[in-house]
Amino acid sequence: MKRSVLPTIAHRLAILCYIAFALFPLFWLLKVSVTPNDLLYSEGVRLWPSRTTWDHYAFVLQHSAFPTFFKNSVIVAASTAVVVTICASLSGYALSRFSFRAKYLIVALMLLTQMFPLVMLVAPIFKILSPLGLTNSLTGLVIVYTAFNVPFATFLMQSFFDGIPKDLEEAAMIDGATKFIAFRQIILPLTLPGIAATLGFVFTAAWSELLFALMLINGNSAATFPVGLLTFVSKFSVDFGQMMAAGVMALIPAALFFLLIQRYLVQGLTAGAVKG
Amino acid sequence: MRKPWLKRLAHASEPWLYSAPSLILIIAVMLVPLVVGISYAFRDIQLLNPFSGGFIGIEHFRDLAKDAAFYTALKNTLWWTGASVILQFFFGLFLALLLDKPFWGRGLVQALVFLPWAVPSFLAGLNWAWLFNPVIGPIPHWLFALGLMDQPGNILSDPRHAMWGPIVANVWWGIPFFAITLLAALQAIPRDLYEAASIDGANWFQRFRSITLPFLAPTIAITVLLRTVWISNFADLIVVMTGGGPADRTQIVASYIFTQAFKRLDFGYASAIALVLLVLLLVYSMLIILLRQTLLNKD
Repeated sequence: MKRSVLPTIAHRLAILCYIAFALFPLFWLLKVSVTPNDLLYSEGVRLWPSRTTWDHYAFVLQHSAFPTFFKNSVIVAASTAVVVTICASLSGYALSRFSFRAKYLIVALMLLTQMFPLVMLVAPIFKILSPLGLTNSLTGLVIVYTAFNVPFATFLMQSFFDGIPKDLEEAAMIDGATKFIAFRQIILPLTLPGIAATLGFVFTAAWSELLFALMLINGNSAATFPVGLLTFVSKFSVDFGQMMAAGVMALIPAALFFLLIQRYLVQGLTAGAVKG
Repeated sequence: MRKPWLKRLAHASEPWLYSAPSLILIIAVMLVPLVVGISYAFRDIQLLNPFSGGFIGIEHFRDLAKDAAFYTALKNTLWWTGASVILQFFFGLFLALLLDKPFWGRGLVQALVFLPWAVPSFLAGLNWAWLFNPVIGPIPHWLFALGLMDQPGNILSDPRHAMWGPIVANVWWGIPFFAITLLAALQAIPRDLYEAASIDGANWFQRFRSITLPFLAPTIAITVLLRTVWISNFADLIVVMTGGGPADRTQIVASYIFTQAFKRLDFGYASAIALVLLVLLLVYSMLIILLRQTLLNKD
């Protein structure tokens, strides 16, 4: 009996350590965002301030373009995640299931895109998108972010496809289905965890991107949330309370999205285990 | 006669049809601008100077060879990337192994420990800079209480230890990435293998070494490869937390490029540095791919 209890306790303790490490900075963010300005420095190291206030939130919501930034970021991140997942499922499937001569060329091309510093692309992309009217537009951002995220998402999807036995679609094709129907109706549902993981990665990546958003967007109307936060830093450089309040609000969609994906992930994995 | 030919064409073009959307995007938005960007490395491109733009050959690279700040940045990049990747990988692998065991509330735990990944890097940087700040952050006081610091000071302004600030932030932010990828690979391992091994009397470590590791090896190779390259290109945390200071002690090549491009608006010189970094990373990747190929061929 004792032999099985000890590892379990160690396991739970280790899990608790991870949770504490993961959540403490976020807890601190929340704490600072509800600390009144006059207590910010005097009670800086306390775990919770003696008084709390929602003033920082109220200011951010009423006196800044933050609601617009928020909306723009949701549009950009969600569109990017969906488009990337569709493209990456297709190309990941191609890399996993077909053997064709140019395959290594495609893999090399995709690896290459992961190698170079994206800073290098800022000026050329600006010059290419500008005559197309795609600077200062959310569509332009979605196109750029999609291209940036497709290579990694492709590798991710490929590894999920690799984990599914080939016999499954071969059986379907013997039954008369075309390869594409087999892909859509048999293989894709089995890779739901992979699709969920891809959606999650891409959404958060697009949600966080700062560099290209800064270069391609000017003015508040099409600015995304990281650009908005940077405006906060430069305009109200010492007002950490407001910045952290904005940060907490920006965390909410990402956190919710992750919680949803999480449940889905576990569900998909369990379903897969039952079938396997 | 015609039908098999058409059929063959259809068969040959099938993988291309699947890959087309991704390939078109990558070529139009990344490859073409990359070529243009490489040409900038040999031109005098300064955003604020309307007379710039001329071809100047390898002058940027000559300047670069004499640039002491560049060599410092190169050394810092090795340190920053190595420490970040190793710590992220081991903590990530350990977390994935912990989460691979079914337990009550696993879904919630997974959501909580993966949450840092959802935090925008920019915000993560500010958040950690705040935590390291002795005026309002708790960490200096904890280190002081543990006797690791003579007085509660800011690690980010201490030339000897400043790099640990962005590294800790990066590890915090990157553990979920490794954990998610490795957990997905772990879940794909057939459970019967473990059962069979247990019946044969293999202990935990033996099962880990002869079942888990071989199954994970391809995933580990590709993840470590991609992650190393990403992290050496990842300037956000450093730019936000230290700006490369104090005295260039945390300046990595990527943040140096950022400084040249955005503060001095010298796109030509920035592109030249980027090109050197690109070549170095390509060499590194080739080595890893060769390693992976040999590992795969061995099986």
